[in-house]
Amino acid sequence: MSNSPQIIGDRDGNSMWKFLVSEFRPKGKWLTPFNIISIPVMLLGLVLIIIRFWKGIGSITNLTQEIPWGLWIGFDVVTGVAFAGGAYVLTFMVYILNMRKYHSIVRVTVLNGFLAYVFYAGALLLDLGRPWHVINPIIGNGFGTSSVLFLVAWHFLLYMIAELIEFSPAVAEWLGARRARKILSGMTIAAVIFGITLSTLHQSGLGALYLMAKDKIHPLWYSEFIPIMFLVSSIFAGLSMVIFEGSISHKVFFAQISEKNHQAQKDIIRGLSKICAGAMFAYFFLQLLVFIHGQNWDLLNTPMGYWFLLEMLGFVLFPMILFFISYRTNNIKLIKIAAIITMAGVILNRLNVTVIGFRWDMAIRYVPSWMEFTVTLAVIFTEIWIFRWVIQRMPVLRDSPSWVNENK
Amino acid sequence: MGLNRRGFLKVLGVTGMTLAIGKDTIAASKGKNDVEFYGILYDSTRCKGCRGCEYDCEEAHHLPEPLPSNKIAAVRKTDETCNTVVNKYKTSKGEVFIKRQCMHCNEPACVAACLTQAMHKTKMGPVTWDGNKCMGCRYCMVSCPWDMPKFEFHSANPKIQKCDMCFERLKTGESPACAFNCPNEALLYGKRRDLIKEGHRRISEKPGLYVDQIYGEHAAGGTGWLYLSPVPFEELGMNTNLQQSSYPALTKGFLYTVPSVFVLVPALLLGIHQSTKDSHLNEEKEDE
Repeated sequence: MSNSPQIIGDRDGNSMWKFLVSEFRPKGKWLTPFNIISIPVMLLGLVLIIIRFWKGIGSITNLTQEIPWGLWIGFDVVTGVAFAGGAYVLTFMVYILNMRKYHSIVRVTVLNGFLAYVFYAGALLLDLGRPWHVINPIIGNGFGTSSVLFLVAWHFLLYMIAELIEFSPAVAEWLGARRARKILSGMTIAAVIFGITLSTLHQSGLGALYLMAKDKIHPLWYSEFIPIMFLVSSIFAGLSMVIFEGSISHKVFFAQISEKNHQAQKDIIRGLSKICAGAMFAYFFLQLLVFIHGQNWDLLNTPMGYWFLLEMLGFVLFPMILFFISYRTNNIKLIKIAAIITMAGVILNRLNVTVIGFRWDMAIRYVPSWMEFTVTLAVIFTEIWIFRWVIQRMPVLRDSPSWVNENK
Repeated sequence: MGLNRRGFLKVLGVTGMTLAIGKDTIAASKGKNDVEFYGILYDSTRCKGCRGCEYDCEEAHHLPEPLPSNKIAAVRKTDETCNTVVNKYKTSKGEVFIKRQCMHCNEPACVAACLTQAMHKTKMGPVTWDGNKCMGCRYCMVSCPWDMPKFEFHSANPKIQKCDMCFERLKTGESPACAFNCPNEALLYGKRRDLIKEGHRRISEKPGLYVDQIYGEHAAGGTGWLYLSPVPFEELGMNTNLQQSSYPALTKGFLYTVPSVFVLVPALLLGIHQSTKDSHLNEEKEDE
């Protein structure tokens, strides 16, 4: 970070403008492998999005009258939000339980969570047939209070604000705004409490969305406990994402991270693996209880039954054991592998409820078109671009500027 | 201390809001019981399959003309270009026709699903759609047990299409176009309560002609459209496995926990925060 600005005090308007202009220029090399892959995908995605708004949703998706929600809801929104769950779990650990050990990764996790909500909830706009009416439930052109989606929509909005407040001290440090930083960091704990409450409700709310689709979802995945399942699994989904993202960030942004935090990383990952194993045990046990209560034994010996067993044994029980073993043997590499398998399992679970198990009995199954996949990829790449842009400029991974501590 | 007060006020505000909203939903469902819904009784023993109702419907709703009968091979479904279809089934009692359209549930899943109240259960009974409110999320389609709301996937300004029981005609005192024009009196429009009585009267008068069931009397908590049939309804492609209680009830439990979560969780979090704060003071001095 050779050209990182050395700011001591609050700036006046003119120098602030110059500073912002310089910050908006790209930093670092252009022709990295990531850029070479992501730029064409993002451009193609943009073209597809234009076609979608011009010719309708059906022009680039394989959605039908019977399967009105596909990949964009099932993966972008439902799965993306589960992975963003790391933010509420970590803020709970650090600010509510005061587990100081994890403090160094809070900012990057909150940033990740915030961007996930902005982009994946933003991807929702692509899926709305009449997106210009998206503010209706906010401005009261129909408060559909009996709708779970109404709750989820409000929560997305409020939670984005809460996460922005949680992250805002980093922005203030970047801009060198001392007074603003003091005010904003004073709001952190309120935002955290508010944010965790919202999270418990909308993580489960995403599952509750599907409660009325009782006859459409395969009975092995449908139960009245979907909301609780979604909430519990968001804990280890989010933390696995934290482990995964952390291990990449530590390589890609190596120079930004202080020696002390590099040292602490292993201990943090190990701690997270223990929590993951615990949450997954609770989740597996819940699934088992629900399965036994559902009395669906005969369904196990069907293709969907094998698929269900694969998810539960191969992608919940197996990584849970891996997390546990690697925690005991202090094997960081194995923890990372367990995190990746867990993430695959969460994707599998969310897709099983929302896409694969939804209308499993139809003669013609829904398979997302390549264009749906491309748009999804483009959204993810754009998010990573913004993430990288922020990391390279704001004190997210690197330590706060020295005036922060002097100021106290 | 200002910080805690701010947090407290925020929590208080949200709690108040949620409680107020929560009350609203309960009140709304209470009032429904004294409303008298209108509906239509469809008697498939009287239906000759002329498909006149399809043409009447198309005319009343300015939709494209239905396919001529000689071009129809398979069982059809309603879609974004037609609100009703009459299908022919070969059953144990010979050919039987059955008309399909939105069922106009007493407690519709689509209305409970709609976050903008674009889907609306009118006091007269029809379930209507309001394009000025709808954001096109298609949650109504996910929720409807009969898949009746249809979406214009190939339009830049898509609408939800489904039977609205000719609500515009009902407001002027007329009956729905299909029921008004049916030459065989297979469709009877009236108060739902009376239609159920009439249905049971027909069944008891000619027990050999009908199966002893009115489809729609109990399915999904009761529907505005009621069906009489000479054969079990499965033979006519009707889903008879639907639950007998209302679909919105499936999410009620979840929605009712929302206010209590908003009261209890912040208080609990604040409590834990306060109790863990001091014990860590000496360990490490860090910001925040």
